[in-house]
Amino acid sequence: MTTTAVPAQARAAVTAQRDGFAGTGALVRLALRRDRIVATLWVLLFVVMAAGSASASAELFPTVESRVRAATAINDAPATLALYGRVFDPTSLGAVSLIKLGAFGAALVALVSIFMVVRHTRAEEESGRLELIGSAVVGRYATLSAALLLSVATSLALALLTALALIGSGLPAAGALAFGLAWAGAGIAFAAVGALAAQVTESARTANGIGAAVLAAAYLLRAAGDASGVDTSTWLSWLSPIGWAQQVRPFAGDRWWVLTYLLVFAVLVAVAAYALVARRDHGAGLLAQRPGPERAARRLSSPLALALRLHRGSLTGWLVGMALGGLIVGSIASQIGEIADNDQFRDMITKLGGQRGLTDAFLSAEMAIIGVIVAAYGISATLRLRAEETGGRAEPLLATGVGRLRWAASHLTVALVGSALLAAVLGLFAGFAHGAAVDDFGQIGRVLVAALVQLPAVWVLVGITVAVFGLAPGLVLAGWAALVVFLLLGQFGEILNLPAGLMDLSPFSHTPRLPGGDLTLTPLVVLTAIAAVLMVAGLAGFRRRDLSTS
Amino acid sequence: MTTAISVSGLVKTFGQTRALDGLDLTVRTGEVHGFLGPNGSGKSTTIRVLLGLLRADAGEVRLLGGDPWADATSLHRRLAYVPGDVSLWPNLSGGEVIDLLGRLRGGLNQTRRDELLERFDLDPTKKGRTYSKGNRQKVALVAALSSDVELLVLDEPTSGLDPLMESVFQECVTEERERGRTVLLSSHILAEVETLCERVSIIRLGRTVETGTLAELRHLTRTSIAAELAGPPTGLAEHPGVHDLKIDGNQARFDVDTQQLDAVLRELTRVGVRSLTSQPPTLEELFLRHYEGDLAGNGRHAAGVRS
Repeated sequence: MTTTAVPAQARAAVTAQRDGFAGTGALVRLALRRDRIVATLWVLLFVVMAAGSASASAELFPTVESRVRAATAINDAPATLALYGRVFDPTSLGAVSLIKLGAFGAALVALVSIFMVVRHTRAEEESGRLELIGSAVVGRYATLSAALLLSVATSLALALLTALALIGSGLPAAGALAFGLAWAGAGIAFAAVGALAAQVTESARTANGIGAAVLAAAYLLRAAGDASGVDTSTWLSWLSPIGWAQQVRPFAGDRWWVLTYLLVFAVLVAVAAYALVARRDHGAGLLAQRPGPERAARRLSSPLALALRLHRGSLTGWLVGMALGGLIVGSIASQIGEIADNDQFRDMITKLGGQRGLTDAFLSAEMAIIGVIVAAYGISATLRLRAEETGGRAEPLLATGVGRLRWAASHLTVALVGSALLAAVLGLFAGFAHGAAVDDFGQIGRVLVAALVQLPAVWVLVGITVAVFGLAPGLVLAGWAALVVFLLLGQFGEILNLPAGLMDLSPFSHTPRLPGGDLTLTPLVVLTAIAAVLMVAGLAGFRRRDLSTS
Repeated sequence: MTTAISVSGLVKTFGQTRALDGLDLTVRTGEVHGFLGPNGSGKSTTIRVLLGLLRADAGEVRLLGGDPWADATSLHRRLAYVPGDVSLWPNLSGGEVIDLLGRLRGGLNQTRRDELLERFDLDPTKKGRTYSKGNRQKVALVAALSSDVELLVLDEPTSGLDPLMESVFQECVTEERERGRTVLLSSHILAEVETLCERVSIIRLGRTVETGTLAELRHLTRTSIAAELAGPPTGLAEHPGVHDLKIDGNQARFDVDTQQLDAVLRELTRVGVRSLTSQPPTLEELFLRHYEGDLAGNGRHAAGVRS
C-alpha cells in the first residue's frame, strides 16, 4: 500500500501544481484582446518620447564639449540629480540626451505596469467577473500568471521597439538595447509589485495606491541617494529598483549584470504574490474588511457629502504627497544658491525659463510640472462622475430627489476645490521649506502665489473632461489625451520648433512663470472663463442626454 | 380611480435597436401592478424612462401627474426605486446607504427601517463590497420600503433573494398595498405576481401584448378539466371549445376555452358527473402562450437590447 501511495501522492501534487496554471493561455489571449489598443498606444507613446528626445538632443549637443557642459550642469546640481539622476558619461550623446527619460521614464513604465497587473487581477476579482472565469477550467494561479505574462511581454516589446527607435536616431545599438531593457526591467519589477499589492487588499483602487506608493518610495530613495553623492551614487540609490534601472548605465558602460538585480527582485516579489494567491479565498485580501457604521452620520445627507466621502481617501493621499513634494522642492530650491558658482548650470537654468535669480527659475520650472500633476488629479476626480454612472451607482441617486446638475456638481466641486487645495498645500510647504532655509519667510507668499496661478490651466483640463462627459461620454478619456498632448507640446514643442500657434493651444503655456516673472492677470482670467464655458457646456449636455446604464 | 402611471405609444431607440416600440402601460393609484416580459423585452428601459433617466423618443408618459423627464426631481421625492442590479459604493456600509438614499428622498421612517432590517435579516454594518447580490438587493429594498412615498418602482426586486426572503418581501408589498401605496412590480417570478398583483401588463419586443386583471386575462385562456363520468363521454371531441382531449374509459381530461366552460359542463352533466376537478389557467400558461410562438424571433430581435 504505502509503496504505491507515495508516488501517487507525489503525482497528485505535481498534477495539482500544473492544474493551478490551467487556462493561463486563454486568459492571456483575453487580456490581449482587452488591452490591444491601450497597450499599443502607451508603448508607442514611450517609443516616440525616447526617439523624439534622442533626435532633438543630437542637434542640441553636436560636439563633445557641448555635451560635457550640459552633463556637468546636471551632475553638479543636487536638484537635477534628485530629479533625473547622474549622467554617467558626460561625453556620451546617448547618456546626455536621454538623461531626462532614464529614471523618470522607468518610473512611468513601472506605473503603467502596476496599473496593468491590478486591472487584470484585483479589479476583475472585485467586479465579480473573475468569479465566472474562475468557475471554468481555470487554475488558481492562472489569472495572476496571465497578468504577469501580459506585462512582461508588453515590457519586452517596449524594450525592443525603443531600442530600434533609438538606433534609428543614430545612437549605438548596445546602449539602445541597454536603455530599452532598463525600462523593461523596471516594468517587470513593478508588475510583480502590482501583483503583490493586488493580493494584499480587496480593492483595486487601494492596490493601485499601494503599488504607486512603493514606486514613489523607490523614486525618492534614488533621488536622495543621487542628490547626496557628490561623485558616485550612494548606497541609498542601490536600495531602489529605479536606482538599478539607472545603474544599467546605458550609453555609459552598458552594465548588463545590473539587470539581474531587477529580475531577481521581480521573481522574489512574484513568488510572494503566488504564495498569497494559494492561501487566500476568492475575493478576500490580507487586510481584513472592518465593519462600517450601522447608521449614516448626520452630515451624510447630500450628494456633496457623499462625493466628499468617496474622494476622501484619494484626496488625503494626494495632499500628503503634495506636502512632501513641496518640502522637497522648497529645500532643493534653497541649495541652488550654493552651487551658483557653476557658470554652465547658471546658464542652463536661466535659459530654461527664469528671468531673475536661479532659485526663482528653478521654482517656476517646478511649478509648471506641479501644474500638470495637479491637472492629473483634477481629471481623475472629474472622471469619477463617469465611473459612478457606468458602475450603476448614479442611477439610484438620480432616482431620488437629487437632480442631475446637483449630482454632477458634487464631484465637480471636489475636483475644483481639491485641485486648489493641492496647489495651495504644495505652495505653502515649498514656501515654508525654502523660507526656512534662506531665513526669509516672506518667501511663503511668493511661492504660494506661484503654485496658485497654475489653477486656471488645471481647471481648463477639468472643463475639457466635463465637456466630453456631458456631450460625448463615450470619449471620456479625451481628458487624459488632452493632458498628454499639452505635456508633449510643453516638453518638446520648443525643441521640435513647432509653430507658436500650435504651442499656444496648451493652457499651461499661458500661465505666468512665477516666482520671478510678471503676474499678469489677463491670461488667468481668460483661462478661467474658458474653463467655465467648457463646464457649463458639459453640464448642459449631461442634463439632456440619456444616462448610460449597465 | 386616478392614474399613477400612464404611458401610451412609448418609443425608445438605441442606435439601430428599437427597444420600446409603442408601449402602453396604465397603473392605477393604489394598485400593485405586475409588469411582465422576458429578458430584453424592454421592462427596465420603460422603468428608466419613467424615472427620467432615459428620454422618450416618442409617446406620452405621465407619472404621478407630472412629466418624468422635465419634473424628475420633484417627482422622485414621491417615489422609491429598487434597480434590478443594485450596485453599492464599496466603502460605504449598508446602513449608511439606506440612510443616505432615504434622506435624499426626503425622509426615512427610522422605526420601519429597523424593523425591516430585522425582518430581512440584514447586517447594516457590512461594507458595500462584501455584500452578496441578494444582500445588495435587500439594502435597496429596505431603503425603498422605509421611505414614506406614494409610489414604489421595483425592477425584479427578488431575483437574488432566497425563498424565505421572497416571502418576507411579499408580506411587505402586501402591507404597502394596504397602506394605499401604488407599486409597479417588474418580475419574472410568476407566482409572486399572481400573489401580489391585481392587474398585470405583459410586454414583448417593446410592445404591450396583454393588460388587465388576472381574472380578465384568465378569461381569455383555458381551464384544465379532469372528470370521471357515469358513462363514456360523448360530444366532447366535436365541441369547438375543447382541446387536448384524452379519454380513458369513463374518464376524460381536456382543456377548455374559459368562455366555453358553461357549454362544455352541460355536455358533461348530460352524461352524468361522478367527480370533477378543474384548474384555472396559471399565469405561467398565460405567459408562455404569448411567447411560445416567437421565441426564436424574440432572440433575434432582442440581441443588443438593454434589459
